[in-house]
Amino acid sequence: MRRLLLVMVSVIGLAGPALALNPGEMLADPALEARARALSKTLRCMVCQNQSIDDSDAPLAHDLRVLVRERLKAGDSDAQVRDFLVARYGEFVLLEPRLRLGTALLWAAPILVLVLGGVAVFFGLKRRDASAPADLSPEEKRRLAELSGGPADLTKV
Amino acid sequence: MIPELAHFALVLACALALVRTVVALWGAARDDDALMAVAEPVALVECLFVALAFAGLVTLYVSSDFSVTNVFVNSHSAMALVYKVTGVWGNHEGSMLLWVLVLALCSALVALFGANLPPRLRARVLGVEGAIAAAFLLFILATSNPFLRLDPPPAEGQDLNPILQDIGLAIHPPLLYLGYVGCSVSFAFAVAALIEGKIDAAWARWVRPWTLGAWIFLTLGIAMGSYWAYYELGWGGFWFWDPVENASLMPWLATTALLHSALVMEKRDALKVWTVLLAILAFSLSLLGTFLVRSGVLTSVHTFANDPARGVFILAIFSVFVGGAFVLFALRAPALKPGGLFAPISREGALVLNNLLLTAACATMLTGTLYPLALEALTGEKISVGAPFFDRTVGPLLLCTIAVMPIGPLLSWKRGDLKGAAERLAFAAAIAAVVAGLALYLLRGGPLIAAIGLLIALYAIAGSLTEFADRIGLFRAPLADVSARLRGLPRAAFGVLFAHLGIAVSLLGIVSEVGWSEEKIISLKVGDRAEIAGYDIALASVSQRDGPNYRELVGRMEVRRAGVVVAVLEPAKRLYEARNQPTTEAAIETFGFGQLYASLGEPGGDSIVARFYWKPLVTLIWLGAVLMAFGGALSLSDRRLRIGAPRRARSAMPVPAE
Repeated sequence: MRRLLLVMVSVIGLAGPALALNPGEMLADPALEARARALSKTLRCMVCQNQSIDDSDAPLAHDLRVLVRERLKAGDSDAQVRDFLVARYGEFVLLEPRLRLGTALLWAAPILVLVLGGVAVFFGLKRRDASAPADLSPEEKRRLAELSGGPADLTKV
Repeated sequence: MIPELAHFALVLACALALVRTVVALWGAARDDDALMAVAEPVALVECLFVALAFAGLVTLYVSSDFSVTNVFVNSHSAMALVYKVTGVWGNHEGSMLLWVLVLALCSALVALFGANLPPRLRARVLGVEGAIAAAFLLFILATSNPFLRLDPPPAEGQDLNPILQDIGLAIHPPLLYLGYVGCSVSFAFAVAALIEGKIDAAWARWVRPWTLGAWIFLTLGIAMGSYWAYYELGWGGFWFWDPVENASLMPWLATTALLHSALVMEKRDALKVWTVLLAILAFSLSLLGTFLVRSGVLTSVHTFANDPARGVFILAIFSVFVGGAFVLFALRAPALKPGGLFAPISREGALVLNNLLLTAACATMLTGTLYPLALEALTGEKISVGAPFFDRTVGPLLLCTIAVMPIGPLLSWKRGDLKGAAERLAFAAAIAAVVAGLALYLLRGGPLIAAIGLLIALYAIAGSLTEFADRIGLFRAPLADVSARLRGLPRAAFGVLFAHLGIAVSLLGIVSEVGWSEEKIISLKVGDRAEIAGYDIALASVSQRDGPNYRELVGRMEVRRAGVVVAVLEPAKRLYEARNQPTTEAAIETFGFGQLYASLGEPGGDSIVARFYWKPLVTLIWLGAVLMAFGGALSLSDRRLRIGAPRRARSAMPVPAE
């Protein structure tokens, strides 16, 4: 066992990072821990490029994981934990921005594109219908059928 | 000498690219055959010079010539040969050179195999490609020269970023670049057609193989990147909605849409304006992808400003090509005559819906990726847009796309029979519902979104197979007829089948990973055991091993199932000595389509933290991508895509119209 320790220290050195969530940080209550995990996945590790605190090795992420669990143990709801962190670190900490005036366009983007695209398609089809030549009159259809020797009802062809 | 020669070759290539652009475009404008004919040989020689420069850089890396700054910063003499080579594109300067090399190769291909294009269109395509090449070469020469010397030369290099010392990196960026740059050809065709002011079904035929090629490489590149992140980053995620990942998925969505709209244009002469716009958009997004990753603007607006020369250059290139193309589009698009008519319920209509959904997904990703930058620039407020946002917005849009996917091929062109299609799909939907229900029962439930995804994936698989069975008359016609029909089917029909099956199979893998993965994070001593998904894992030993340029701590774990050893996992923590940077090397064992995944965490006291995952069906995510690419390759090999190729003799059995 001492050899193991020695190897670890020599390889990893003192600068070795913690790998994301550690067993030591976990809560005993599985339901509470599950909530902490779900919540952690929506919170940004602010010193990382694009990682949640659940995934990140950074010491800050560790501190935030512990903090989230402390708040949950104290009886906070998920929303309260988020509010607490936003009050402390700003909206930047949320990986999913809240719907506000500043983020309205962001959240509306998918619907806007679908609606505008749908309207464009609708009018595109309509405009084409208008420019389409009128259907053959019954008399013309009959004459065409006569000439081609086919059945009179062309829709069945 | 090599760096100077290679540098000079780049300068020559840049000059040739400029010549090509000016002469070809001018020649096309004056309809002067002699001038237009210049473009092809110039493109070939230019490609040769870029290849020489690239070969020069590879030589410098392989011989560990640390008198060159770029080699010094990104290589090490003790690195394995393969990483010395891949290190060439593991940095900004080298990757830009690779980009230009691929671009030059594309131009050379157009020059070599474009004999069947109308001369004016070919000259214009080569001219536009030349302009892109010239801009990138100028960018490299002015701001990102990989051949700068160091004086005095250091004895040892600073090593390549350890995360990049992996075979995944050897393959991922070149594939992605082939995809990005492949889009430049469709773009050049679009711009050339806008300059001509003429566009027809033949144009769509010329563009489709290029788009298809780009799409195949993008598909493989993205899948490779995803698998690389999965095993290299050590926590088993396969997609992080990282801006850099988004930057590669957006062009993929756009080229997927383009493939489908070009189909409508080719068969029915409709959707012309939209197809041209998509061709422009796909390459714009590729450029954006390249630049977002390269300029560092994504990490923060401030990194961008730290290197103003590069930043401004990048912005200039982007504005000239994207802005220029859009201005041209706005001027010329109204002149393009609308083509074939179709009813809303038709194959065309289904493809329009496909385009609408894909465009919405793509636009949402673009908004999500750029919104924080825009908001910070405008108001100074910093927000994050991450995985939960994209899961909630892009996720459902892509699910809808896959859900409507099987309907399209069942509808006929011009006017389709939705009721008939629905009847034929009802059987597929019923099978999917039964299988999904059974799976959910056996799994004892799961998250709602995963259950919905599971249903859609199974239905899409069953639906694609139904359509194919329907087409060859399976269960309806005598067996001899079926086999005759099967042989008579064009390869493109198999292509559609495999591509559509592939995306559904990928979805199945994703759904399974998201909904039913198991995870265990535990602190183990030697001799301790952990249990996950029926596998009993024992930590047998922890030991040290030395690699060429790293040391590692390896945990040896025996995996037992019902008392029998079924696998030995050796996850490791590595320390790359030159940079004193640790990495996590996960150990992965595949059982069926699922994977058992182990990685090591922090040692503490006499124990070590280990993470285990059981990821059912996870390999389907990447196998699906391989299926898609295979389908694309089948379509690409279809003779009908090759203009001028002799028509295949009509098969004896009539094949249902496509």
